Amino acid sequence: MGKTIIPIGPYHPLQEEPEFFTLTVEGETVVDIDMRMGYNHRGIEKLSEMKTFENSTFVVERICGICSTSHPYAYTRAVEDIFPMEVSMRSKYIRTIIAEGERIHSHLLWLGLAGHFLGYNTVYMWAWKLREEILDVMEILSGNRNAYAMFKPGGVRRDINAEDIPISLKKIDSILPTLDMLKKAVLDDPVLHARLKGVGVMSYQEAIDFSALGPTSRASGVARDVRKDSPYGAYQEMEWDMIVTKNGDVFDKAVIRILEMFEAAKIMKYCLNNLPDGEIDAKIKDVPPGEGIGHIEAPRGETFHYVKSDGTNRPVRHKVRAPTFMNLPTYKATIKGQTISDATIILAAIDPCYCCTERIAVKDGKGRMLYNGQDLIRLSRSKTEKIRQRMGGR
Amino acid sequence: MTREEVLLDFTSRFHADILDLEDKSNTRLYVDIKPESIVRIGTYLFRNIGARFNIATATDLPPKIEILYHFILEDINLLISLRVFLDGEKPEIESLAKEIEAFNWIEREMSELLGITFIGHPDPRRLLLADNWPEGVYPLRQDYEEWDNTSDRTRGV
Repeated sequence: MGKTIIPIGPYHPLQEEPEFFTLTVEGETVVDIDMRMGYNHRGIEKLSEMKTFENSTFVVERICGICSTSHPYAYTRAVEDIFPMEVSMRSKYIRTIIAEGERIHSHLLWLGLAGHFLGYNTVYMWAWKLREEILDVMEILSGNRNAYAMFKPGGVRRDINAEDIPISLKKIDSILPTLDMLKKAVLDDPVLHARLKGVGVMSYQEAIDFSALGPTSRASGVARDVRKDSPYGAYQEMEWDMIVTKNGDVFDKAVIRILEMFEAAKIMKYCLNNLPDGEIDAKIKDVPPGEGIGHIEAPRGETFHYVKSDGTNRPVRHKVRAPTFMNLPTYKATIKGQTISDATIILAAIDPCYCCTERIAVKDGKGRMLYNGQDLIRLSRSKTEKIRQRMGGR
Repeated sequence: MTREEVLLDFTSRFHADILDLEDKSNTRLYVDIKPESIVRIGTYLFRNIGARFNIATATDLPPKIEILYHFILEDINLLISLRVFLDGEKPEIESLAKEIEAFNWIEREMSELLGITFIGHPDPRRLLLADNWPEGVYPLRQDYEEWDNTSDRTRGV
């Protein structure tokens, strides 16, 4: 693999980042999978040891381009856990608003790409168009479409202006009917039912054994959500539902993400309507020696940060664990026995990086190359097309 | 089980293996244990109590290497961190990956970044570092030195 740019850091495969999968196939059936990663090892854990506690927030914000808030959120909670201290109610609400807005646009991005892989480009266009609307809301609230830089240890960096709240609420309300239409279009489509049900199934026990996280585990019936299990932010302030399904297939993973967007919108609206007054920054000065753990529910599952301090202004050790680190190995359970035309969507179902699916190589028993990424997307689409024709065309 | 019951059960069952116990807050518990007990305690927490394995974090603290295994009991919101200290010269510990799949990748990561040997690991291949990375160079060790003269890693730091 030749040149390595930075020698060490967190393995972080969430979006648009390369990995290498080797599927071993017998005829049409996948019998084994092997993964090779580390192509994007950026040394962020090491880098963080050279930054002050406040500066590391910006470094970890750049780990992921899609869920850019999940890492600062987990990191700031880890630093606050060293004391341990609680931030003000107002900053908890603001943090929750940003985190839930991010969940909506992250799930929309996944839904669009899943549609794209299956040959449903209309779903792709609609989902990404809706995503623009929610990014606009985020820009109104934070000043940025992504990488909001709202978090700091001890609170948030910027306040939400009172005059921005009505316009944000109006915008959220305006996208809900379209989201509902999209939900019906996807969940009531008989072709999608035939295409995705029973594909890439992970059982309840496998989800436990792999310690799978987020929608990947909730689709298999494991009711596991950091927002409910270890309440943080403003999540215990309002009523909302954890979405859990039983079947563990790709369809259920899609259902979970689609329904979660409505819950996220509900939480966001409650927080905007009931934003309490108060300080937004606890202005922490010196971080005492000790260690802290911060974990939050990112769109893909639990993000986990561990920070060790020796009383100076820099962390001695900063460990980052992205949810996909636990979710990627579940491929060993979900892909074996499936056909190659389902491989693309199974590998996309945990919501990992997407360009990685273009780096899959399919080898036959003798090591010859059979398909590349483009071929796999084509195979995946033609299977959808066959099901569609069998069901009478549309 | 409540928090107190779990604690009582845990400390009475493993009192010979526990060296120290720090009850840091309502949701955090740090337990120093003997390295040779890790598989017994780890599998007990995972299989019998039903804890989820979060992740393990290893830190080089010369002359020792510390590993923390984080488990969360979701029902009672208690994060238990098992702490072991290994000899920095020849760090070795029994692998949990042969019992539980979830430990597979993080043990591979710790073994290449800090040079810890996990005895009995089912798949001890390299996970993250490049193929041309020399054997025996561990980037998260405190005494790590740049080995590649052709690279420029000063930019942006």
